[in-house]
Amino acid sequence: MYQYDSIDKQIVNERVAQFRDQTRRFLAGEILDDEFRALRLQNGLYIQRLAPMLRISIPYGMLSSSQLRRLAHIARRFDKGYGHFTTRQNMQLNWPALEDVPDILADLAEVEMHAIQTSGNCIRNFTTDQFAGVAPDELVDPRPWCEIMRQWATFHPEFAFLPRKFKIAVSGSEQDRAAIQVHDIGLNLVHNADGELGFQVLVGGGLGRTPVIGAEIRAFLPAKHILTYLEAILRLYNLFGRRDNKFKARIKILVKAMGAEEFAHRVEAEWEHLRDSPSTLTDAEIARAQSFFTTPDYASVNLDEVGALLNDYRLQNLDFGRWMQRNVQAHKQPGYAAVTLSLKTVGIPPGDVTSEQMEAIADLADVYSFGEIRTTHEQNLVLADVRQDQLIELWHRLKALGFGSPTVGTLNDIICCPGGDFCSLANAKSIPVAEAIQRKFDNLDYLYDLGDLDLNISGCMNACGHHHVGHIGILGVDKKGEEWYQIQLGGSQGNQSALAEVLGPSFSRDQVPEVLEKLLALYLDQRQPGERFVDTYQRLGQEPFKAVAYA
Amino acid sequence: MPKLICNGTVVEDSWVRVTEVAGELPAGKLLLPLALWNERGEALQREGREIGLWLASDQLPEDIQGDFAQLPVIGVEFPTYADGRGFSIGRLLRQRYGFRNELRAVGAPIRDQLSYLCRCGFNAFELAEHYDPQAALASLRDFTASYQTAVDQELPKFRRHG
Repeated sequence: MYQYDSIDKQIVNERVAQFRDQTRRFLAGEILDDEFRALRLQNGLYIQRLAPMLRISIPYGMLSSSQLRRLAHIARRFDKGYGHFTTRQNMQLNWPALEDVPDILADLAEVEMHAIQTSGNCIRNFTTDQFAGVAPDELVDPRPWCEIMRQWATFHPEFAFLPRKFKIAVSGSEQDRAAIQVHDIGLNLVHNADGELGFQVLVGGGLGRTPVIGAEIRAFLPAKHILTYLEAILRLYNLFGRRDNKFKARIKILVKAMGAEEFAHRVEAEWEHLRDSPSTLTDAEIARAQSFFTTPDYASVNLDEVGALLNDYRLQNLDFGRWMQRNVQAHKQPGYAAVTLSLKTVGIPPGDVTSEQMEAIADLADVYSFGEIRTTHEQNLVLADVRQDQLIELWHRLKALGFGSPTVGTLNDIICCPGGDFCSLANAKSIPVAEAIQRKFDNLDYLYDLGDLDLNISGCMNACGHHHVGHIGILGVDKKGEEWYQIQLGGSQGNQSALAEVLGPSFSRDQVPEVLEKLLALYLDQRQPGERFVDTYQRLGQEPFKAVAYA
Repeated sequence: MPKLICNGTVVEDSWVRVTEVAGELPAGKLLLPLALWNERGEALQREGREIGLWLASDQLPEDIQGDFAQLPVIGVEFPTYADGRGFSIGRLLRQRYGFRNELRAVGAPIRDQLSYLCRCGFNAFELAEHYDPQAALASLRDFTASYQTAVDQELPKFRRHG
């Protein structure tokens, strides 16, 4: 994991002092509300429906156990004893007091954390694959590159007041698990025919009000040029992105208006001025970044023995077998596995974790996974380096903590934004919808029969719950002051990202689980061997699904 | 005279920023809007007037006609603090067009943008009226370290510190 040097520490500490002074001046009436809004947002601080909300950055989803313990402490001391993991791999606190935020930031800085650029019209947290460094299909570990880019983006003086927020995701594996096709910039680490490392560059993807799949503007950019190339893209966006209408201000609108080809051409022209300038990465810097993400000290595991052990236990214990199938992922190191901790226990808002649970997870990470935890954009946690002969023990401990729900990747592993219960942007509540669905479909055999199914819920068109790329997406809409829910089908994330289609008129909250049941019954009836829900939908098209939903 | 932060101190602003393209020009040293500079700037200089120009946030250095490298002042407008185009315009003026004289942020930049503005090459700042320029000087020193190259820093952190 990356560790701060003295300059990193200095920068974060200076930010704490700056925000402390800004808060003091705001409370003294020396900064106007509107101006302070921009300043606090660049520190992740919203004023929400019930209280401020503070979004803490978890760069590319990597946390150490000591950082997680600090988050537990902060949630207990300054909030109501719990936190919420977001779809951008960050953590949100829902109830801090404005006056306490400088102290929270100081507490975070002590463990090399911050809330810098977690909101506002600036470059946000870089996100990546939760299985970075351990996935069997990985070509290149994206984390050193994320760290290099994180540093470049942090307090970039030219790009702090962009037309709108700006999100970058990085993938380094065959299967994209970072949703790079639906980000402002999506970067895919690849090798060219000569074996040289570089990036495929996508621009102008995004969800929100106008969902778009990103367009490739460069098939291969040698890796050392990434910062100057990003600078060229961001400069064009800063100068030419629309500022007259915030709903048309994202880079996707600029790329569409200009055409991807023309946009690419202009990026190249701007880049000609910047290429080979001092921001070009040195071999030494790349090696330095990579040195923080080395292979941990793996033990040698007797594969035959552990295979037999796990098989025996699976036969004796159906629940364990289910958990192995859904929550345990393959690992590039023989004898190891990655374990997903489900934060989707029925009755608890997806992504919510109490301080006690955070501390318990930190302890588990220390014992079973080299003291590291990852957050996922599906709002779960991952222990990425678990020895297979410790899986049984870990499973028992996770079950006791409530993180053993063997439903990862199923209908009940719902991605869900905080919605109208917390968020002042929301048109409708989302958490109660998720809960009603989880309660209706709680039969594990039924869930497993349905197989891999992404169900994503957003409480408004800003799409924090990524509803456009769910196999089933649910969107909260406001109709004359009442909360209604639109159902969308056929979206997907990954290498073949697709945007879901709206099924038809929206439903009341009570109707949603029943309508889902009809859609799922049609799938079970019509599917061909090996087809997931989304495959059947794509084969049959919308009509039969529409017919059963509105029958 | 209005106050201005220039090169780290508060000074009286001796320039008059012209906002109308038509009509009589005021007396004194003039910051001309781009259209007026392009039309009459060099003629006014020949008449002995002291002239600078200012760019609106949707105008680029490439839109400036004639020789502007020797102008004593170029202003870049921040019509609201949220309009960040001027940060890029400042860097372009300094780094691509080699402008060396006073580069002034005009309009409504806010105190808490000073360190970013400095890094993008600005050395003079009009602040929104409710800011005390003397107190605002402290914000010039918000950060003493940085990662990226910019006008104030030719090398990124990784080439300075390894």
